[in-house]
Amino acid sequence: MKLKEKLIELLLQLFTSVTIFTTIGIIVVLLFESISFFSNVSIIEFFTSTKWTPLFSEKHFGILALASGTILTSLIAIGIALPVGLTIAIYLNMYASKSFRKLIKPFLEILAAIPTVVYGFFALAFVTPVLQEIYPNLETFNSLSAGIVMGIMIIPFISSLSEDALYAVPKSLKEAAFGMGSTRFQTAFKVMVPAASSGIVISVILAISRAIGETMIVAIAAGQQPQFTLNPTIPVQTITSYIVQVSMGDAPQGSLEYQTIFAAGLTLFVFTFLLNSFSFYVKKKYQEKYE
Amino acid sequence: MTDHVKDKELKLPKISAEDVNVFYGDFQAIKNISMDINSNTVTAFIGPSGCGKSTFLRLFNRMNDYVEGFRMEGKIKIDDNNIYKKKVHVEELRKKVGMVFQKPNPFPKSIYENVAYGLKIQGISNKKIIDERVETALKQADLWKEAKDNLNKSALALSGGQQQRLCIARTLAVEPSIILMDEPTSALDPISTTRIEELIFELKSNYTIVIVTHNMQQAGRISDNTGFFYLGELIEYKNTKDLFTNPKNTKTENYISGRFG
Repeated sequence: MKLKEKLIELLLQLFTSVTIFTTIGIIVVLLFESISFFSNVSIIEFFTSTKWTPLFSEKHFGILALASGTILTSLIAIGIALPVGLTIAIYLNMYASKSFRKLIKPFLEILAAIPTVVYGFFALAFVTPVLQEIYPNLETFNSLSAGIVMGIMIIPFISSLSEDALYAVPKSLKEAAFGMGSTRFQTAFKVMVPAASSGIVISVILAISRAIGETMIVAIAAGQQPQFTLNPTIPVQTITSYIVQVSMGDAPQGSLEYQTIFAAGLTLFVFTFLLNSFSFYVKKKYQEKYE
Repeated sequence: MTDHVKDKELKLPKISAEDVNVFYGDFQAIKNISMDINSNTVTAFIGPSGCGKSTFLRLFNRMNDYVEGFRMEGKIKIDDNNIYKKKVHVEELRKKVGMVFQKPNPFPKSIYENVAYGLKIQGISNKKIIDERVETALKQADLWKEAKDNLNKSALALSGGQQQRLCIARTLAVEPSIILMDEPTSALDPISTTRIEELIFELKSNYTIVIVTHNMQQAGRISDNTGFFYLGELIEYKNTKDLFTNPKNTKTENYISGRFG
């Protein structure tokens, strides 16, 4: 009997360790391949050059061209998702009736459940043509519509997590604010949102993290042209869509083109790792405030 | 103004409840209560848990409006105006009728910002005026000496008793005429409780205070009039000394003698 218990415990530990080893494995592979990449390409060129042309005969390896695409689409996405998501969270928490809240929350979750390839197609086939009606110079592939649609996709991250954060604010604070003669609006923005700020910041960081890592929407709708630009109307390429492009092509294993995937992947990993660490820090530092 | 009119105004109750019934869904929390509360008095509501005393108190600043299924019949008049009329501006009402809660609930802001909050949401932005009112309110709430050098410190760093005095200061800063207190000392130690009780006694000259308390000694110490609530009814309501020494109703007598509660 005791042996059986021990065996079960061991099995559970084994499964848990799988996640840890996977993470370590990924980091090791990324690092190794990146090291051999950087033995061929100067790290200074990697961070300063604004051209990314590893697949052409005249090769440039400036990650800024890809990073700008990633940052631009993510900024547009968060520019959409933050105001909309936060408004939804505040509405659900402060204004909506219990029954309406129960009804609407599953619908929001559905937004996150739609396959991203559908979003990508939606951006290319619907949003871009609509935007072109308003602004005819918009190119077929552009970061604007990819960013907007990505923003719609990450709304539930912000609305749901921010609503949880607002819900966790002690009821007594809401009562204090109302008792002072605050309107709902004042209560929401002067008391509730500041009190829930750590949770809201975390929700935004997770949403940005998700946007930076998002691949399908940008690969379909933003184009495949690495450009160091902040112009949202022209085609760009993000780090993720570059990786897709090369992975699907026929870059021979061990070649420099092949190694660029890992250098780009490592950059992406550093981005999201920093963001997640920051959200972890915010959580630790500010969360126990109202005990 | 003639003396006659003046007299009449003085005699007008500050708060007047007429045939008030309160329901939460099917449950009747308040049963046909009428009562008058005069200006510049301290009125205590006592009674066992769930007797409706807090619910009744919260009618005076319409804090029950947010409770799901809340329904009220009857009238609550403050300065002879029914506060449950349709066109009443609830936010304006709450500036006149301040509230201090059971658990100290300062905002997670600085001491200064807590007291200034009510002024700022009223659109007062003149720093000199706000500074003055913050100082006055903190002095009135007997917190100025402890707080004057720490105005920018987080209110959450204060002790429980200090936090509660801060909440009183925050309420006083908007210059209400009525202060409702819902068991304001139940979460505090005896020394902090004494300070708050002394404070309530001082505030009486300028404010009308209604306090819900579990503590009968407290009601006896600080209030002019006391109402005893039981199962949603106002069983007995009169001069505090009278109620404690000469209760007319056996339920009141049983409660104040500690036979139940």
